[in-house]
Amino acid sequence: MPLPKFKYLAPKTWEEACAMLAQYKGKVRVMAGGTDLLIKMSLGAAAPEYVIGLKNIPGLDYIKYDQTKGLTLGPLALLADVADHPMIKEKYDAVAHAASVTATVQVRNMGTVAGNICNAAPSADNIPALMALDAEVTLARLGGKRTVKLDDFFQGPGKTVMEPEELLEKITVPAPLPGSGTAYLKISPRSKVDIAAVGVGAHLVMAGDVCQMARIVLGAVAPVPMRARKAESLLTGQQLTTDLINQTAAQAADEARPITDVRTTAEYRKTMVYVLTRRAINACAQKALPPCAK
Amino acid sequence: MKHLIHLKVNGDDYELAVAPHRTLNEVLREDLALTGTKFGCGTGDCGACTVIMNGRNVSSCLTLAVEANGQDIMTIEGLAPSGQELHPIQEAFVTYGAIQCGFCTPGMIMSAKVLLDKNPNPDEPDIRAGLSGNLCRCTGYNKIVEAIEKAAHQMNQD
Ligand SMILES: Cc1cc2nc3c(=O)[nH]c(=O)nc-3n(C[C@H](O)[C@H](O)[C@H](O)COP(=O)(O)OP(=O)(O)OC[C@H]3O[C@@H](n4cnc5c(N)ncnc54)[C@H](O)[C@@H]3O)c2cc1C
Ligand code: FES
Ligand code: FES
Repeated sequence: MPLPKFKYLAPKTWEEACAMLAQYKGKVRVMAGGTDLLIKMSLGAAAPEYVIGLKNIPGLDYIKYDQTKGLTLGPLALLADVADHPMIKEKYDAVAHAASVTATVQVRNMGTVAGNICNAAPSADNIPALMALDAEVTLARLGGKRTVKLDDFFQGPGKTVMEPEELLEKITVPAPLPGSGTAYLKISPRSKVDIAAVGVGAHLVMAGDVCQMARIVLGAVAPVPMRARKAESLLTGQQLTTDLINQTAAQAADEARPITDVRTTAEYRKTMVYVLTRRAINACAQKALPPCAK
Repeated sequence: MKHLIHLKVNGDDYELAVAPHRTLNEVLREDLALTGTKFGCGTGDCGACTVIMNGRNVSSCLTLAVEANGQDIMTIEGLAPSGQELHPIQEAFVTYGAIQCGFCTPGMIMSAKVLLDKNPNPDEPDIRAGLSGNLCRCTGYNKIVEAIEKAAHQMNQD
């Protein structure tokens, strides 16, 4: 399907992009890698009069780490670069892994983590891992900024709290706490390059065999990526036993609100939430062990 | 409004005026007559349109030509510029029966080239992962994997 016609805007600075967004409000879309936007446009699901190409602004693909601020990803940080980044692999392995199982080699070479978040698909692979790590996004508009936790960012499939004149400026993930382990696990109907049928992100902070803090995020089983809060509360302050892990996984499956669609059935999704949550907790606990105990 | 762009394709420089809605795939095939790069799905799924841009394999069907401005692009035509001597990956595809209808072949070979540029000694899972964005409806993949293993071996000896 050929793309419909549109006017292409090439801002040279971030401020210019914000100004363009304000000026053409309602008639404009911003484009990062375009792997979601261009498909929507060719299918007629989006028909902007103007497209702002963020790639014209130099330096937006940065990946930074600072001991106090943690990890910061620029709006054009590529899925491929996040997946391969040695520091992210070491300190935020669930984030690197989620990027590495998103789409195909070619799409990872074009698409961005920010685009995955802004597109707000319930099945988006990068969201559960980032949300489990309590990531937040900075939203910018002409003359103003605000930060929003990913916990509070999503409102429905393709819907977020971002206003039409706002841009996602950066993604920030807190520095990992001692004793923390993270995991992202995904099941897709055909192969690992496919859109997730179920995805589970988890983050545990352990002190010995006691779980101090747990965050469990379920993807593709509700209109938005969702915290399994009751499941999390079962783990908090408790000694991790096989029984408790099974019970937590069953609770997560109970909290999930999946639908039946082309990818799979609601029932299968619930069962897989159970399986993946169990595996994710075990993986987190394993990774949280001090190096000498591994 | 058309945009004036500059493309470097297979080492040659081109100045073109392109409308924003035109993809790199359309411009390569229609304006530059480089029809070795195929058009399959148009949705990033099949990999038939794969080209190498600044050392990375990308889908030309999901790349706007205006956004390829100033970039260094390689298509299948750039692998064997003389049209006589084949690149070792092409040679191996022919020798080991990795081509049937051939529609996926240019894209497969561009992805294989990026893979071998990054990792000259890939094992089978590496090869399969490197080709995960390229679909083939004919060969069943095994011969493609074998051809790339053989090509890697050959290239390491050269
Ligand atoms: C073949 C194929 C397979 C795929 N497989 C997967 C998969 O397995 N898992 C998965 O999660 N996704 C998958 N996707 C979807 C897509 O590749 C990802 O969502 C990708 O991360 C999108 O990033 P992008 O930079 O291309 O976004 P774009 O298409 O550029 O943008 C996506 C949306 O976000 C908005 N946007 C982008 N950047 C900003 C910003 N800075 N500020 C405000 N708004 C912004 C755009 O306006 C648009 O609405 C797949 C896509 C394809 C084509
Ligand atoms: S034509 Fe581009 S991926 Fe299929
Ligand atoms: S040889 Fe026919 S699609 Fe691959």
